Amino acid sequence: MILNQFLLLAAVLFCIGVYGVLARRNGIMVLMSVEIILNSVNINLVAFGAFRDDVAGEVFALFVIAVAAAEVGIGLAIVLLIYRNRRSIDLTEADLLKG
Amino acid sequence: MTPAGVLAAGAASGDLFVAQNVFFGVIALVMIVSAIRCVTTRNVVHAALWLVLVLAGAAAQFILLGSEFVAVTQVLVYIGAIIVLFLFGIMLTKASMGDDDSVAGEKRLMAGLVAVLLAVVMGIALVDSYSDTRVVIDEPQRFAAVSDAIFSQYIVAFEAVSVLLLAALIGAIVVARKE
Repeated sequence: MILNQFLLLAAVLFCIGVYGVLARRNGIMVLMSVEIILNSVNINLVAFGAFRDDVAGEVFALFVIAVAAAEVGIGLAIVLLIYRNRRSIDLTEADLLKG
Repeated sequence: MTPAGVLAAGAASGDLFVAQNVFFGVIALVMIVSAIRCVTTRNVVHAALWLVLVLAGAAAQFILLGSEFVAVTQVLVYIGAIIVLFLFGIMLTKASMGDDDSVAGEKRLMAGLVAVLLAVVMGIALVDSYSDTRVVIDEPQRFAAVSDAIFSQYIVAFEAVSVLLLAALIGAIVVARKE
């Protein structure tokens, strides 16, 4: 296998995730797009780990998975709080700090 | 470059493992289509189910790269826990599950433009830097090597992650609880 096929797949997934973060207004959908981005990063880490024959890639992929779990927990709690206060998770309406 | 293009490039360059490349191409295609459906579908529950396909595809890619431990962790943590968390989040905010029709076309256009530009820039950079680099996987990475590395070289990061998870747990409870 060539290294580039994994890197290009990860790049495409990253861009799809960026599109989701920018285009979606639903808070939960934005969090899902962030998950796609983090997964593409993991593919990169594991691919470079296999390429260099080094366990560091796998170790840091595991750390990324753990941090992503924490991020989803906090993110969903915040989305829930927004929903409870405003009866909507439309992120374009959450502009209290806009001034 | 499309997955088919990557596949063709891989098959054309001779002594590569063809079966692995075929599997890679099929899984990559499924992942990209699911990811696109995930970020464009109107129904939030369907988006979560498409996300499952993306995550499972990533796990399959990890197996192709010879790191089963990350693949198993991916299935356990992502598909087992995070998707359930998402579904609970969708359930608890059900009133807002309407169509995303009101998204301004301009916003979607700009987001698509940014994504395509980013893809082009990264694609050019990657093709320029790693066009002929091979990944040679003689044997799968052993679990023992990974755990040895975690508990010796990266022990500080490991402890930091455990503290982070505890903080996230407490923080989520504090943020989401009713007054």
